[in-house]
Order: sequence, then structure tokens, then C-alpha cells
Amino acid sequence: MPGFILRRLLSAIPTIFIVVTISFFLMRFAPGGPFNLERALPPQIMAHMLSAYRLDQPLYLQYLSYLGNVLRGDFGPSYVYRDFTVAELISQSLPYSLELGSLAMVLAVVIGVAAGVLAALRQNGIVDHAVMTAATIGLTIPNFVVGPLLSLVFAVMLAWASAGGWGSGSFRDLVLPVTALALPQLSVFARLTRGSMIETLRADHIRTARAYGLPPHAVVIVHALRGALLPVVTYLAPCAAALLTGSVVVETIFAIPGVGRYFVQGAINRDYTLVMGTVVLVAVFIIFFNLIVDLLYAVLDPRVHLD
Amino acid sequence: MTALKSLLSLGFAAATLVSTSAMAEVVLHRGNGGEPQTLDQAHTSIDVESNILKDLYEGLTVYDASGTVTPGVAESWSISADGLTYTFKLRAAAKWSNGDPVTADDFVYSFRRIEDPKTAAGYADILYPIKNAEAINAPKEAKALAPDQLGMRAVDDKTLEITLERPTPYFIQLLAHQTALPVHKATVEKFGSDFVKPGNLVSDGAYMLAENVANDHITLAKNPSYYGAASVKIDKVIFYPTEDQAAAIRRFQAGELDLQYQFPADQTEFLRKQLGAASVHVAPNLATYYYVFDMRHPPFDDVRVRRALSMAIDRDFLAGKIYAGAQLPAYSFVPPGIAGYTPAPADFASLSQLDREDAAAKLLGEAGYGKGGKPLKIDIRYNTNANHEKVATAVADNWKGLGAQVTLTNEDVKSHYAFLQEGGTFDVARCGWTADYADAENFLALSLSTNKTFDYAHYHSPAFDDLMTRSYGERDPAARAKIMHDAEALLMQDQPIAPLMVSASLWLVAPKVKGFVDNAVNDHLTRYMSLE
Repeated sequence: MPGFILRRLLSAIPTIFIVVTISFFLMRFAPGGPFNLERALPPQIMAHMLSAYRLDQPLYLQYLSYLGNVLRGDFGPSYVYRDFTVAELISQSLPYSLELGSLAMVLAVVIGVAAGVLAALRQNGIVDHAVMTAATIGLTIPNFVVGPLLSLVFAVMLAWASAGGWGSGSFRDLVLPVTALALPQLSVFARLTRGSMIETLRADHIRTARAYGLPPHAVVIVHALRGALLPVVTYLAPCAAALLTGSVVVETIFAIPGVGRYFVQGAINRDYTLVMGTVVLVAVFIIFFNLIVDLLYAVLDPRVHLD
Repeated sequence: MTALKSLLSLGFAAATLVSTSAMAEVVLHRGNGGEPQTLDQAHTSIDVESNILKDLYEGLTVYDASGTVTPGVAESWSISADGLTYTFKLRAAAKWSNGDPVTADDFVYSFRRIEDPKTAAGYADILYPIKNAEAINAPKEAKALAPDQLGMRAVDDKTLEITLERPTPYFIQLLAHQTALPVHKATVEKFGSDFVKPGNLVSDGAYMLAENVANDHITLAKNPSYYGAASVKIDKVIFYPTEDQAAAIRRFQAGELDLQYQFPADQTEFLRKQLGAASVHVAPNLATYYYVFDMRHPPFDDVRVRRALSMAIDRDFLAGKIYAGAQLPAYSFVPPGIAGYTPAPADFASLSQLDREDAAAKLLGEAGYGKGGKPLKIDIRYNTNANHEKVATAVADNWKGLGAQVTLTNEDVKSHYAFLQEGGTFDVARCGWTADYADAENFLALSLSTNKTFDYAHYHSPAFDDLMTRSYGERDPAARAKIMHDAEALLMQDQPIAPLMVSASLWLVAPKVKGFVDNAVNDHLTRYMSLE
């Protein structure tokens, strides 16, 4: 396994390099730059600004100097949020997004899987139909509808939670954004677990376990769940990606100072360095998560060989 | 047990006392509409930053609660007979937050820093009226002047002398702009661009910078060294970057925000019902929403076509229905609300909409276009925004009624302005202009033929240029206002631009906030406010 991990990490380097290169040049195709505002800048002042940020140099020179800086860990200043460097912006906002995302993922997995197992055990009963209906609703209603609805009902009308802002990061502040973020993924996990569980419960080794007289909860939790979780684990990586992109909407609705907003803001503002920084972040994130998922496979399914 | 009980109750009482005295701290929560791009005066440009910077710093002059220019750090000033030299006397009590006195040298240093090309200040051109500023910042010859050649001199610690390039009647208003706020020289020299960070930043205004968490909140705490500290009633003000307006409204309704800058205009009536009309402030702003014609190619080089198209636009519909009263119909380019100036509306302002449409059809026919004439194809460009799209659609409808074929093109705001600034060819483009200072010149100068950057219409009128030149030389404010009025009348006759609406500033103000006064310059300094 250590060899496998090392090989994967090494192969990540050329991947990230390619991602950075493509993004760098692709981004420059968009018209306008970071300094085109509604209030036009006189040409000489624009020239000063472009030169101060070395944006007047030939593109390949800018690319090479950017690469050189990145290797030293310097992602450059943000062209739009002038008082901060990209590294500062991302390092300040990442903890918020990570906390929000991991809470949402834990919520989605725990409750989703539990609901799916329950539905599978009571297949075609009332519980099953109720869970599946709820899951369908949770999946189809977009989070930019659910979010404001939750906020309106629980924050404005009932005053049980905060309407927005991170505040002190307490339960009151986070319960609504985490719920809004988790809901679609929770529904997916519920459906996945239910389907997979139903299939696993029919397998030979479960019949054998039951024949041995093992108590029902042991059969389900120890034996059936392990096999049934494989599709769930498969979905963990796309789930993480979905939480990442979903966080853009949720962070905007609930005014959470996370990294999600920088993806969109950076592009709209033509903040080249911030966009590059977030691109690298997402690339690293996805590579890392895929690695974790592959490792989890090996743990869960003894038939899988890492090579 | 009794000893323990009495100890506990003593502790509890002490805790209550501490918490009550902590509760006595007055905190104002301000939704600021967006995240500031910087807290550095040399790089600031937008209103979001202005709101914060004007609470942190105070310049030579300052707008009072009702939007009139009043003495700031400069308690008095005198102007020489030829209008070129201003001498400012700074307050003896004016101090920085670290106890240093505010000196004339601070202003000299700050302005030199802005004009220094190395600083790459985006708003450096606003101070070009100062002698040599342009020669230092954007020289026409190969060799630039050194920043120390700027026409500013510290006569002594508390006397500042500024020399201008030419008489500039709006100079005092100009000094109230956020770019003209001073920086603390020693701090900038010590920390470089990190001087804006909390803990480093030294300010001379009513507040100091306590916290700056990017995209979450900026906290300002009362500055005890401020000369007017005794009258500042709010101890702490927290600015939140409320970009999502729907979310901000919810937070306002939940009582988490006391002020909210900007809300969706079409919700004005709804908010008035939900929050009470007293909380919803719609005040005319010094900002105009207008359409520009590209006069470089036909048919827009024909004044009859431009006038006809402008006349046909139903501005009442745009302002009343699309913006639900959050904007007002405009027939003059300069918005109302500038002290001492009367805007000059276009002559067709007094007609009814139906009469205007008839006159427009007739005028267009005379020019050879419209129904039965040459085909008229118009493309309206605007920056992507739900309201701009509605406006463009409505205007297209008006023009289709004249027999024109209209298409719409939209690009995001950066691409839109990059296109216009790079001189791209267009037919009609949407623009907006918000005043930098409360003077009509700020609007009219956009149409000068010498204004290569902002004259998107490429309007070249010697008569207009001539009137504006005369206005710069005129010392008497009333006479100057009359000259500019005539210039604007000429502009409205020629219609290189068609003003559509005057913006309003949209604020939500909680009932417990006192001292918030609607004003045309849209400056609402926290130090004028209190909470009851």
C-alpha cells in the first residue's frame, strides 16, 4: 500500500501541472481584465497598473514567472482583493469551507445511510416509501431554493437559527447552511444504500450468517453493511466534489466566508491569480479524495488488490 | 456550604456586572453591499470602500450628515485672488489613533504617494487639478516629473498650501473624496502594503481598525484620539459584505443587521409593507443611467436620429415599472441635488409620452429612416444584469414602434466596459456614472472632446468644449453654474447620450438607528449615528 500511495502522489504532480497550464492560458481568452471597471481608467493609469502587476509582459513570460513563484509557494497577490495575497485568501477561507463541508458530509452519510438501511429492511413498507419520497424531494429541489426557505422559516419567522454569517461558528449559526448543503447528498446516499442493501441482503453469505443463527442486527451491521457500502464509498468522491460546488451557492446565501465564493467571484472579476489558486486547490482536492476512495475500497472489499 | 454559596453568588454578581458593562458597548451592524477591494486610499475606487474608509479616516473636508461639504481636519481655508492657491489651517486637536498629531506633511506625503506612478493608483486622475499632478503621474513628455514636484507644501505643521494647475471651483468638494484621505506616513514606510492590516493601521478618523476577516466582517472600534470623540456615540461598527441581497434582507428582518446598503429595487413595495415605510430609504443619488450613441458611424451621426430615438423612450415606464420607483426618469444628464446648480433638461421633457412618440416618428422620417424610409438596425449593448436586460427590452420595444429592428447584446461588466474603453464599434450602449464629487462638472466633463477615455459617444462639439472651458475660468459660482447649465442644454439638444434615469440610493434602516439622513452624495458616516 505505501508504494501505491507514493505512486499516486507522484503522478499527481504532472496532472496538476497540466491543469495549471491549461487554466492559465484558457483564462486569458476571456475579454477584459481585472482593472476594467464601470468607471473607465485613463489609459496611462491603466498602463501603470498593468505594469505594476507585470500584466504587460508577453504571456509566456508571465506563465514562466507564475510557475516559478508557485514552486516557491507564492500564488501571487489577488488583483481584486488588493490587501491580501491569494495564499492568504485561500488559507483564511478554507477552514470555513472545510468545516461546513465535512459537517455536511458527516450529516449526509450518517443520516443518509441510516435512512437507506431502514428503508431496505422495511422494503415496500410505509417507511420505505416515506424515505424514498423524502429523498426524491431532497434531490430535486435545488439548494438555492431550499436555502432561502430554511432561512426564512427558521431564522426570520421562528428565530431558532441565524439568518446568515459565520458568527461564532456555533450550532445556531451553522445548522441551516449545513442542512442546506447536506440535503441533496443525503438523499443520494439514502437511495444508494437502500438499493445496495437490498441486493446484499439477498447474497449467499448473508443467508449463511442467518443460518448460523447470528442476531439480526449483527447480520445487518457487521456483514451486510460492509458489502452494501461499496457504492456509497464510490459516491464519496463525487459527493465531495458536489459539496465543493454546492458550497458556492450555500456560502452566498448564508454569507459564509468560505472558498466556494472565490471560484465564481474570481472568474467574474478576472482575478487571474485567485482563479489559478482555486483551480490548483480543486485539483489537489479531487486527486486527494480519489486516493482516499481507492484506499477505502481496499479496506472494505478484500477482493480488491491495489497495484 | 454557606461560604461556598456566598462566594458563588458574589461571583455571579460580579459576572453580571461585567456583562452589563460589556452590554453597554453600542454596536452597529452595517450590511455594506460587497467586499472592499482594498483599505488603501491609493487604490480605492468604489462606494463599498468609501463607507469604511470614511469611518476610519478624515480628510481636509468632509460631508456632514445631510451631504454638505464642511471642514474636516482643515478647520478653515483661504483661496488666493487668482483661485490657484489654497491655504488650509489644520485643527490643533487633530490626532492619529496612535497619538501622533495630524500634520500638513501627512497630506503632502499621501497625495505624492497617489500621484507617484510606482503606486499605480487607479484614481490618481481625480487629483490632476493639483499643479504638476498629471505631469508626475501620466506625463505627456518622455520624462516624468518627480513626485516631490507636486504643488503641495507644508508651510508648518498645521498649515498646508496647495497650488492648482488652473482655477478649480469644485476643489473643496473634491477633497472630501475617499482618495483624498490621508495616510500615516511612518506606518506606510514601516509596513509597506501591509499597513492596512489590523494592528498596523493608524487612522485619524472616528474609528480604528479592529478586525478584518476577508469576506466575513470588518470591525471598527471607536478611536479615542479623534478630536470629535466626545460626540461619537457608537462604540463599534461591524461592516458585513452583503453581496447576496436576498440573504441580506433576511438578516435585516431577523434583526442581525441594523443598516443594509442596497436591496433589489423591484422589492421596494414589498419591503415597505414588511418592514414599514420608515425603514425603507429611497433617496436620489448623484448617479445617472444613460444610453450612449456611437456617433462615429451613421445613422447615429445624425442629430435627428439620436433625438428621435431618445424621445421615443418611455422613461416613466422604466423608472416606475421596472425599477418600481427606485430610479427617477431623467431628461437631463446632471442629476438634481447639487447645491447651487439647476440641471438643464432636454426640450422634449415637457411633452407627454404620446406627443414625444409622434414627434420622434416625424423627426425620424425627416432623417430618412423609420416607417417607409431606410431600414434602421440597432444593437443595444449592456452589461449582464436582470434590470438592464428589462430596460433594454423595453427600449427596444419603444424603438420597434418607430420601425427599427433592434437586437440586444450583453456581456459581463468587465467585458462590456473593456469593449467601450478599447474603442469598439457599437450602436447604442448602456452606461452608468456616479459622481466623484458634488459638482455638475463631474458629469459634463465626460462629453468633452478631449476626454479620450470617457467620451464613448465620440462627441466633438467646439461650442460645448468652449462653454466648459469658460466655466473652468469663472470664479463666481452663480455665473459658473449658468455657463454649465448652458453647456448641458446644448448637450441635451444634441443628445450624444440619452439620459434615462437618475439612480436612487437604496438603504434599509432599522428603527433604532438615529442620525441617518438621506443625502445625494450617499455618505453616511457612523459618527453621526446613534442607537436608541
